[in-house]
Amino acid sequence: MARRRLRSLTASNTGDLVFKLVAVGLTLSVLVLAVLMVGVMFQNSRESIAEYGIWDFVTAKQWDPVFRNFGALAVIVGTLVSALIAVVLAVPVAIGIAIYIVEIAPPRFQGPIAFLVDTLAAVPSIVFGLWAAFVMVPWLRQTPGKFLVNTFGDWIPLFKGPHFGFSMLAAGVILAVMIVPIISAVAREVIASVPMAQKEGLLALGATRWEVVRKVILPTARAGIVGAVILGLGRAIGETMAVTMVIGNRHELTWSLMAPNSTIPSIIANEFREATYDLYLSALIHLALVLMVISLGINVMARSLVWSATRGQTSADAR
Amino acid sequence: MIDTSFKSTRNYSRRKLQSRLFVVLSASSALATVVVLFVILGYVLYRGASALDIDFFTKLPRPVGEAGGGMAHAMIGSLIVLAIGSAIALPVGLFTGIYLAEYRSSFVADLVRFVIETMAGIPSIVVGIFAFAMVVRPMGTFSAWAGGFALAVIMIPIFARAAEVALRTVPFSLREASLALGVPFWRTTLRVVMPTAKGGLVTAFMLALARAGGETAPLLFTALGNRFFQDGLSHPIATLPVQIYTYAIGPYDDWHRQAWAGALVLVVITVVIIGVVRAVLGRSNIAQ
Repeated sequence: MARRRLRSLTASNTGDLVFKLVAVGLTLSVLVLAVLMVGVMFQNSRESIAEYGIWDFVTAKQWDPVFRNFGALAVIVGTLVSALIAVVLAVPVAIGIAIYIVEIAPPRFQGPIAFLVDTLAAVPSIVFGLWAAFVMVPWLRQTPGKFLVNTFGDWIPLFKGPHFGFSMLAAGVILAVMIVPIISAVAREVIASVPMAQKEGLLALGATRWEVVRKVILPTARAGIVGAVILGLGRAIGETMAVTMVIGNRHELTWSLMAPNSTIPSIIANEFREATYDLYLSALIHLALVLMVISLGINVMARSLVWSATRGQTSADAR
Repeated sequence: MIDTSFKSTRNYSRRKLQSRLFVVLSASSALATVVVLFVILGYVLYRGASALDIDFFTKLPRPVGEAGGGMAHAMIGSLIVLAIGSAIALPVGLFTGIYLAEYRSSFVADLVRFVIETMAGIPSIVVGIFAFAMVVRPMGTFSAWAGGFALAVIMIPIFARAAEVALRTVPFSLREASLALGVPFWRTTLRVVMPTAKGGLVTAFMLALARAGGETAPLLFTALGNRFFQDGLSHPIATLPVQIYTYAIGPYDDWHRQAWAGALVLVVITVVIIGVVRAVLGRSNIAQ
């Protein structure tokens, strides 16, 4: 009797042990995957790293597959500029939405509006790309594009024409649409975690809504909002399909936002299948490595800011 | 410390106006975003619906230049690649979620959480290149396996993180009650905790699935694409997003027409599934 009980106890311990081993094993496989990812990217770009070095690759301007010349500066700048345009356009709107949903909207509208904004984040990027290429670009080429080129083109190099629609500007605009829901989802959480007592205190003193936002919400939520913005920046930097379909794909350093350009993801998407020799392929993977490093840095920064703002309570994520 | 100039009532009307302006601006930013959503979805519906017919779901693409045909092969292909991705991501993501939720306070758990957060932020095109280097190069050919592997890498962090959140919502008293009855820990987890968190786990998985199903970039150099039904998992395979991309950048009007139809199908599958899942099951705080 006692013996049987003892055996069943041991059996259950074995079960627990096996279960734990499986859980730990599969969890560790995620870590292995991450390490493997970094290692494999280095391994596959070693030819390019050996040829150009890590730093020279990043600072060289020429990207010329015909003459076996690979420099990443133009596309890195293109990546950062497109993402910056997106952030500049998206941030005011995203924060406006977040404040509207948390503080202003009537309670019965809060859920539906948040739901619709989140739905925008669920649209696949190829659909954004399709819409942007066939609807937004032709529209941008007309009134807004002409206006910018004619009004500012002569004295601000950023808006120098000619403008054919497919441009850095188009990429920035569609990226802005794509990151608004991401920024606003995180900002919403951060703003919701501002203590009610502080808002009530200021309201009791006779402050208006704007003053509450200005003097309590924004200062309190600042770190988290900055985190949300950086998270959006990270997403914009890595976005491939929508950008590839509207940016025009020319790799040349230019000041004009109205000119075609390219980003790291767009150049990879366009040229990877056509990479005819090993060094070319290796240089493209080298680019991907640079992109990975940039986005890792950005994400780590953003996460720690958001985390410190909500004290680790954020679980829901932008998607 | 706080500037209390607003206490003066002299410029009350100005302050009120300012505040009203702010309310209008923030409301209109919400409105603008919702309008953009409807414009995009509406246009996809308008162009897609006129191009959708039964052939689209049942036929292969016609030879270049001939009108008609469909994307049956791409839809089947997407399902196959997603199935491969799920077969990898489901156990790995689930058990990672279980590990994080049940053995929560260890150094390894914190490290894994950090790695998962970071992995979720890696651009999908980089994941595609990773899969290319890991699977396509050793195999010497583009394949469904490579595409599935790439999608698994996309799905694992999304699923694992959301699964952890879902499992954490299960109250401790439930676990304790089960353990107190002498049920071993592993059976408690499988038979008590997981069934209780079932809704959240399903939501988590559907979110990961919908996200992976809409991805194009990781499939460009892994699954590649194909104009025919797949002939084995070790060969290039067509998928819906890549097929849409190929048709969208092609020069033919009929291709564009079909690209819109494909986009409509993709939007209906991903957006609607996510929406329904969120609305029905996502009452817990995972899906927000």
